Amino acid sequence: MATVALALSLVVSAPLLAQPANDPAPLSFHDDAEERRFHALVAELRCVMCQNQSLADSNAQIARDLRREVLTLMRQGQDDAQIKQFLVARYGEFVLYRPQVESKTWLLWFGPALVLLAGGFAVARLARGRRNASAPADARSDEEQEW
Amino acid sequence: MNKSRWLPLAVFAALAVLLAAGVWLSRNPNREALPSPLIGKPAPAFSLPVLHEAGRLLSSDELRGAPYLLNVWGSWCPACRDEHPVLTRFAETKRVRVLGFNWKDEHADALRWLEQYGNPYWIVVTDYDGKSAIDWGIYGAPETFLVDARGIVRWKYVGPLTDKVVAEQLLPMLDEVEKTR
Repeated sequence: MATVALALSLVVSAPLLAQPANDPAPLSFHDDAEERRFHALVAELRCVMCQNQSLADSNAQIARDLRREVLTLMRQGQDDAQIKQFLVARYGEFVLYRPQVESKTWLLWFGPALVLLAGGFAVARLARGRRNASAPADARSDEEQEW
Repeated sequence: MNKSRWLPLAVFAALAVLLAAGVWLSRNPNREALPSPLIGKPAPAFSLPVLHEAGRLLSSDELRGAPYLLNVWGSWCPACRDEHPVLTRFAETKRVRVLGFNWKDEHADALRWLEQYGNPYWIVVTDYDGKSAIDWGIYGAPETFLVDARGIVRWKYVGPLTDKVVAEQLLPMLDEVEKTR
């Protein structure tokens, strides 16, 4: 049984896409302000390879390359929005942890509020129904009072 | 009052439908592959060294006029070896130029890999610092792009090509690309 589980986990975890393994020199920053801005920016960007990590957290080779690119773009004087746009143009909306508000993402942004509204509406209706029904309460049997 | 008894059941059914839809939508075994925003847009311009000819650069402009398949690989990439026979079979049909994009590799390793397993490529360009790869939105190997005669990216596949992918996606796409030449 354990062997089966082990074999299964190996199969499941086998990476579909490979990553190069060489480790280049770490990034160095001119000053604290640059470093702070860089870290704030890469924490907002999602790693395209290891899709549940941010660009800041990932050790994948592509994440290193993209961090280097982000720093290069910063030094070229691009602002955060331009750098995000640069990555979105190449890798798609996926790289943004906070997707832009557009018709495609309305459900994503406003869906939770919609569900909350629907829930509130349902509760209100139930409460009203119960209040209306509680006037002639004697007419109902115990079983019906469950709701 | 009978009506509200059905409410929880209705809510449960709605949730079940929602979750079932989620499962259904994620049935694609390659669902982690990101859709490329480059599809339908011009391929990124590049000028990259040719693996087998020291000093020669190949630019994207030279590729205009006929479609080409760009295949990202590296000698460090085990999945590229899995894909290699499939790509070789496809390349041997001579249907379209197959361009190798040797990504984040070492020159000697790349040459040895091709010698050992055979070279399916028409030409191989190298991108060892990975800068051009970022323009293509490449994030792993193998990845494969189909670019048409006018230099527009028409199709992308993330992960190793299989005979099934070639037959069901690449060949039909190629038919279409060749029609609009």
